Amino acid sequence: MLNSLAALGRRGLNMIQSLGRASLLLLNILRGQACLLSRPSLVVRQLYSVGVLSFLIIVISGLFVGMVLGLQGYYILSRFNAEETLGVMVAASLVRELGPVVTALLFAGRAGSALTAEIGLMKATEQLSGLEMMAVNPVKRVLAPRFLAGFLSMPMLAALFSAVGVFGGSLVGVGLLGVDDGAFWAQMQANIDWNKDVMNGVIKSLVFGAVVTWIALFEGYDAIPTSEGVSRATTRTVVYSAFAVLELDFVLTALMFGET
Amino acid sequence: MSNNRDDNILVRIRGLRFARGERMIFDGIDLDIERDKVTAIMGPSGTGKTTLLKLIGGQLRPLSGSIEFDGEAIHSMSSSRLYAVRRRMGMLFQSGALLTDISVFENVAYPLREHTRLSESLIQKLVLMKLEAVGLRGARDLMPSELSGGMARRVALARAIALDPDMIMYDEPFTGQDPISKGVLVRLIRRLNDAAHLSSIIVSHDVQETLEISDMIHIISHGQVVGSGTPEQVMASDSEWVRQFIHGEDDGPVPFHFPAADLQTDLIEGSASC
Ligand SMILES: Nc1ncnc2c1ncn2[C@@H]1O[C@H](COP(=O)(O)OP(=O)(O)OP(=O)(O)O)[C@@H](O)[C@H]1O
Ligand SMILES: [Mg+2]
Repeated sequence: MLNSLAALGRRGLNMIQSLGRASLLLLNILRGQACLLSRPSLVVRQLYSVGVLSFLIIVISGLFVGMVLGLQGYYILSRFNAEETLGVMVAASLVRELGPVVTALLFAGRAGSALTAEIGLMKATEQLSGLEMMAVNPVKRVLAPRFLAGFLSMPMLAALFSAVGVFGGSLVGVGLLGVDDGAFWAQMQANIDWNKDVMNGVIKSLVFGAVVTWIALFEGYDAIPTSEGVSRATTRTVVYSAFAVLELDFVLTALMFGET
Repeated sequence: MSNNRDDNILVRIRGLRFARGERMIFDGIDLDIERDKVTAIMGPSGTGKTTLLKLIGGQLRPLSGSIEFDGEAIHSMSSSRLYAVRRRMGMLFQSGALLTDISVFENVAYPLREHTRLSESLIQKLVLMKLEAVGLRGARDLMPSELSGGMARRVALARAIALDPDMIMYDEPFTGQDPISKGVLVRLIRRLNDAAHLSSIIVSHDVQETLEISDMIHIISHGQVVGSGTPEQVMASDSEWVRQFIHGEDDGPVPFHFPAADLQTDLIEGSASC
């Protein structure tokens, strides 16, 4: 009993310590952003490996999520003779929720885990120490550009996801189930609000981008420098990112849509 | 800048104590590294030679005591000052620590590109010269994963000398080298040291090469400096510690084993637990 209490206490302390280290790291990463102005090529390279290489998984997932939304939405809406609003339903669910959230989850699995493994292995093979001894600050040179790339990629990937999803929804709704083409798009245009829907979605994905990339970089940088340590850190990145994204989504949604 | 400028001691270590968990690695070490000399640090595996280099490089913090580089205490510097001081140090890691996503050429060019604004053609020339010095000019387009351990170490050496530092720390430069490259490395380290007014710290187990190359030898064991002197003095030393280490005897004050319970107890407990 006492032992398990002590263990619980130790875990709590460890968690608070990690949180402290993670916050310090974030602070240093943010400080490192200034240096990136003079070296945009570092960010561009990371945008490619973090963002561009995630294109395919985002496009395919977006398409299928949109198609499923089209199907499910049609079955429900047609019961109330409201098939014309299918476009609104598909677009709103994607832009407000599924776009940012599913993109962030996919991003954590595709890019976040890769970031953690890369940084963790650089630590394990002393490449980070090597940089330090070459008087190159690894936080500024290695972590900062990756953070910015993750932060910038996420809204773009989420937008892509939503766009492809809307297309998938129209494919099923209009193409397959015979919803009126004009009504589908006109209703969507009339009822999706730029600020309330689109901008809120963008804010969500900026937050998710920062959080997921932060978790991924911290787990890699803080990993125990062995193959087992890195593999555990990679798992943690995916798990923690998923938790963080889903919880933050609830909080953000409550803040954004709560008052209306 | 400092009152020790004209003094010929580059690194001054006083009362250094450092622990890993419960285990004391260093327990009050005093050590001087002189300018323009090759200083060797020797000692059994696991005594903390690599740790000592990391302490000098400011990557680890001592528990107490001080480490001064050119009159400035390493561990009380601001981080930007520390990075500035590190430009004057080169370090050859035991593992090489090459960046694995860029070629051999780019690895050696890396510190030049980061810290200087030299033209591309000048960088090209410098890098090829450094690679030539370690005999790997022909390997410039290989990736680090395509190198053998010994080759990787030599590329790392080329990278460590790229910025012409004031001091180079070599962690086991001879391990994994064939007799020919060992000979080349010994001469290279000596030549670098004498021609470029470098100060060198060599950590090594290779008694022969180390005796041949160094001006001063310190032997560390059990968190203490157990012997110091020129190669001749060390060879002639009557300290048991030093004799055992230099002549590779297995009996003596330096234990071959990592601290452990005695074998009998371990074996009995081991068989009981499974
Ligand atoms: N990251 C670490 N965490 C905990 N203990 C460590 C760590 N790194 C090294 N040690 C311990 O510190 C001691 C000194 O290690 P160090 O690598 O400095 O030895 P060394 O003298 O360089 O040995 P070798 O000649 O085999 O390279 C070792 O006994 C090791 O157990
Ligand atoms: Mg070592």
